Amino acid sequence: MSAPPPGPTMREHGLHLLREMLRIRCFEDRCVPLYGEQKIRGFMHLYNGEEAVAVGVMQALEPQDAIVSTYREHGHAIARGLTMGAIMAELYGKRTGSSGGRGGSMHIFDAATRFYGGNAIVGGGLPLAVGLALAEKLQQRSGIAACFFGEGAVAEGEFHESMNLAALWHLPVLFLCENNLYAMGTALARSEAETEIHLKARGYRVPSLPVDGMDVFAVEGAARDAVARIRGGEGPLLLELRTYRFRAHSMFDAQLYRDRAEVQTWQEKGPIITLTKRLKAAGLMTEEDFQRLEHEAQEEVEAAVAFAERSDWEPVADLERHVYAERVQ
Amino acid sequence: MSARAGHVTYREATRQAIRAAMRADPRVFLMGEDVGAYGGCFAVTKGLLQEFGPERIRDTPLSESAFVGAGIGAALGGMRPIVEIMTVNFSLLALDQILNNAATLCHMSGGQFGVPLVIRMATGAGRQLAAQHSHSLEGWYAHIPGLRILTPATIDDARGMLSSALASPDPVLIFESIALYNTEGELTPGLERVEIERAAVRRPGRDITLITYGGSLHKCLAAAGELAGAGIEAEVLDLRTLRPLDDETVMSSVRRTHRALIVDEGWRSGGLAAEVCTRIVEQAFYDLDAPVARVCTAEVPLPYPRHLEDAALPSPERIVAAVRGLIA
Repeated sequence: MSAPPPGPTMREHGLHLLREMLRIRCFEDRCVPLYGEQKIRGFMHLYNGEEAVAVGVMQALEPQDAIVSTYREHGHAIARGLTMGAIMAELYGKRTGSSGGRGGSMHIFDAATRFYGGNAIVGGGLPLAVGLALAEKLQQRSGIAACFFGEGAVAEGEFHESMNLAALWHLPVLFLCENNLYAMGTALARSEAETEIHLKARGYRVPSLPVDGMDVFAVEGAARDAVARIRGGEGPLLLELRTYRFRAHSMFDAQLYRDRAEVQTWQEKGPIITLTKRLKAAGLMTEEDFQRLEHEAQEEVEAAVAFAERSDWEPVADLERHVYAERVQ
Repeated sequence: MSARAGHVTYREATRQAIRAAMRADPRVFLMGEDVGAYGGCFAVTKGLLQEFGPERIRDTPLSESAFVGAGIGAALGGMRPIVEIMTVNFSLLALDQILNNAATLCHMSGGQFGVPLVIRMATGAGRQLAAQHSHSLEGWYAHIPGLRILTPATIDDARGMLSSALASPDPVLIFESIALYNTEGELTPGLERVEIERAAVRRPGRDITLITYGGSLHKCLAAAGELAGAGIEAEVLDLRTLRPLDDETVMSSVRRTHRALIVDEGWRSGGLAAEVCTRIVEQAFYDLDAPVARVCTAEVPLPYPRHLEDAALPSPERIVAAVRGLIA
């Protein structure tokens, strides 16, 4: 009798989660000077502080699952497995970008990993996730649809319509509300009469749970449980992931709506700092390990920047391509 | 209402098209408000729930944005959904999904994702349904790159356009004129599919081209009949597809008749008729013997009483009068 195949050790798994979060953090940090140099234009929304959400959730998803994301999606895309080069080239608007440069920071798409954007209309992605889940169900496939959205989206009608439809039709949708407390500059309590977001799902008979979105283990655990239930046929489920963005809403934000002390308090319980402390305290990681992971992440980011830099622009002659699907000849 | 022997109604032709598509392709399903148990707001889908069951004929809540968006998602996920919206006025509740997602995803994703979705909806006036059920907004939708806009006006097009739309890798909106559902005619035997990129000459003529689509086609044909009695031979051109517009067929006709009148149930300002007029002026200006003219709906939200609704809409009388103004 053979033993079951060994899973990753605690050390390996802890380092994997930390590596993934560091990759996102380094990528986002590198975007800031690139934006200043005008290499990246348009609106850009960084994910600093929220890394545990993307990384934790992605541990629970399989290649056959569909993902719908928001305009703050660099982290989701990296954690899903798109290459940093394709993402950075997209931010540059180069033809080697994940959307051929047509989308930019807010519209990262990737058919290979079933990454359906990159939706910059708040709440607009939720109906798509419902439909992707419906397609799974009607074709008797095992995939689920995982849908990220911010807490600002719950004020939109599309949130309520989508929750109802997913529950009514018993569809395999994992609703992932990233509650970072501010819809752009509007604090949650200034826009919602009920600030316990997860409770809203109950009105649609969708099981829901608040999760500490700064704790990657908590996110991973909650996501694995949720995905198992959904794949087991229980219908949709909502996780409210309580998190915080460390940087401004976009690159045009003086942050007049929150004070520095609040930001600092959250930074002290940031997902990377806390995981690092835990791994070190448990004797699972050394400072050298951390330095190595951070260095590797930075090297990967620099390679992505170099790739974007040397990539070509799409010729203007192709401007009107992709308005309609190009038929296979 | 059943049609005469050998004839079918526009409604029945539309239903036949849905039934044939459902039978031909297991990826096709229909969803919308009251399409199942009720049989469709305009009775187009009557009987389909019994034949195909609730998985494929899906009644939806009154959530236009969610079920249109779900249609887009299902199309992305490999299905071929037909989404029915009761009327074009209600489609505005789903305009975000139609414009920001259906029309945009292919381009925004660099061509990775097509949206092979068909949305059917009723359009137009003539039933005294007042100002929130009667408008003709297909011209707005024709403004949007990424969409294909079809306006079946004949029995054959009601039967054949759906199959072509479902075969398209792009989002297709089909506007069914409320005024046409009870019209009837012969269906070409064996017809399954029609091409959806060309306009069609429905009545040949040499003196003027009446350019129209949808519910106004029959008004133009009636006007042309009356004009013929007065010795004026009007050619009647059915655009059929509002996006992409078939410039070639339009210009070919106008270059022969040297006069053009556009009849459009939409409002005049900034409407489809303005677009067609501009194209004629751009491409066939020196072939014209008279200014291009328009007959459109009066610029009011459509009123309820019959006499005011009639006065607001294009009519054979207004068309005849406009033609006489161009052919002195």
